Amino acid sequence: MSAPLLQVSQLGKRFGGFVALDGVDLQVAPGERVGLIGPNGSGKSTLVNCICGTLHNETGSVTFAGETVDGMVAHERTRRGLARSFQLPRPFTSMTVADNIRVPLLYTVAFRVGHHVTEAEADERCMELLKLVALDGKAAKNPRDLTQVEMRKLELARAMAADPKLLIADESMAGLSHSEVEDIVALLIRLNESGITIIMIEHLMRAVMAFSQRLVVLVSGKKIADGKPDDVIKEREVIGAYLGQ
Amino acid sequence: MRTPVFILVQIAIAAALYFSLRAIGNDYLFFLGYTVLQFVVLATAWNILGGYCGYVNFGSSGFFAIGVYTSVFLYTVGQSLDDLFPASIAGPLHAIFPLPVPVDVVFGGIVAGLVGLGTGYLTLRLRGVFFAIATLALAIVLQTFVVNWSFVGGSRGAYIIPPDKVPVFGPYIEFLFALMLALVIIALTTARLIERSRLGVGFATIRDDELAAEACGVPTLKLKLIATVLSGALMGMAGAPFPFYIGYVEPGSAFDLSYAVNSIAMPMIGGTTSWVGPMIGALLLGTLQQIATVTISSAVNLLIVGLLLIGFVIVAPNGIVGLWQGWMRKRSRA
Repeated sequence: MSAPLLQVSQLGKRFGGFVALDGVDLQVAPGERVGLIGPNGSGKSTLVNCICGTLHNETGSVTFAGETVDGMVAHERTRRGLARSFQLPRPFTSMTVADNIRVPLLYTVAFRVGHHVTEAEADERCMELLKLVALDGKAAKNPRDLTQVEMRKLELARAMAADPKLLIADESMAGLSHSEVEDIVALLIRLNESGITIIMIEHLMRAVMAFSQRLVVLVSGKKIADGKPDDVIKEREVIGAYLGQ
Repeated sequence: MRTPVFILVQIAIAAALYFSLRAIGNDYLFFLGYTVLQFVVLATAWNILGGYCGYVNFGSSGFFAIGVYTSVFLYTVGQSLDDLFPASIAGPLHAIFPLPVPVDVVFGGIVAGLVGLGTGYLTLRLRGVFFAIATLALAIVLQTFVVNWSFVGGSRGAYIIPPDKVPVFGPYIEFLFALMLALVIIALTTARLIERSRLGVGFATIRDDELAAEACGVPTLKLKLIATVLSGALMGMAGAPFPFYIGYVEPGSAFDLSYAVNSIAMPMIGGTTSWVGPMIGALLLGTLQQIATVTISSAVNLLIVGLLLIGFVIVAPNGIVGLWQGWMRKRSRA
């Protein structure tokens, strides 16, 4: 394995007496497609929140692109190339679809390149991203007028606008139809092929198996399996966690 | 419209208004106009944090009073130079004091802005009703502080004696009116610049969804602090000329809850998403209140505010600007 892009070491997080994460280790190499699964309450979203800086881990550390990001707030991590989409889409509803995409361009890409992104540059990149997710025809619409799958695509496109090295897609397919799931999986694979490392958190095993090169399983805040998807789903502990002993 | 043109248009309107009132020759219109313009500044200032960022500030009266009492403090210092300083220092200071009111306005803005910064650091991790209560508490803490500070008059209040006439302007109230016009131009230009800038986009993301804003790289705490400082500073600037307008200041009048209520109601009625909204709300409500004061009683002022606010929350939650935008959208679809 090449030098990891993301290294999570012994990560721990509690909510009162509830242990959400209990010494989780995770390494993700550049260019990888990793699936992260686990039953409800297993700590997947808490892990994502700790990696992205929405929550702060109590023990352990997160290293991203060779830099320890513990103590950094979420926007500082985004600016370093760590982007996420949310489980429930969270569009900026006072803006158009296109303006939603402009936000990361103004606040993340401009920060990284060291100068303001011009209107023309922003418009060009914005349309590129909207075309990528097939929302270019809806650029002037309000996000509230989008369908569920379009909203998910907007969420992914906005995360992509931050020009990330690592994209964490948190349950991007929940509540979508069969064809819509295929659509999103194909989109995520295309994004990965363009050089972006992706961690996909998902309950839909069909999508997870189609997408992942490596599968990580969390149960009760602990990592119980990490390996090739075909091998992982045969492990007794994983079967036990999903189907009951 | 480009910003320099926008400023020139405002100056032209302000000059037309000033000279029209002067032509009428009734000083009361300047008194009335001053109050309405003061509300335009307060409402615009409130809207920077409350409307653009979605943080409801119930402590506007506190920031306004900081401006008021900065002026009272500087005025009292000017009156007591010989008591406060040795003759070698008091002598040269006599040449500077009493400070011109525009200088008080600058100091009022600086002090209120700094208090805004401190308040922001302490409270901006709170949201919704918790933030609103914290800002209300700030106003109460400041009022208690002023009540117990005898140098600025404490609970008995302080008298300010402005000169009768000012060169160029004539009667003092005309000068104060012109000064408030200048503050309106500053406030509206600031609000419009914010709205059209990267800062305005950042503020809107905070209002819509703070978590998503952070995930998009928006430094939410920093932007909220900028909003608190700008909003607080403009409110302080609006308050600084007030002692010279009213002549006698006591904590009850400077920290009057009606400033807080009006500065929230006016943008809500006008519309919070644009600089135009607070201005329309303040002109409408401010004028109505002044008419009610003259024709019925000053006691009905807050009743008018309350009734209009209830009406707008039910009928047009996005204010007059929202109604207009909705109508325009429908028209363009038809």
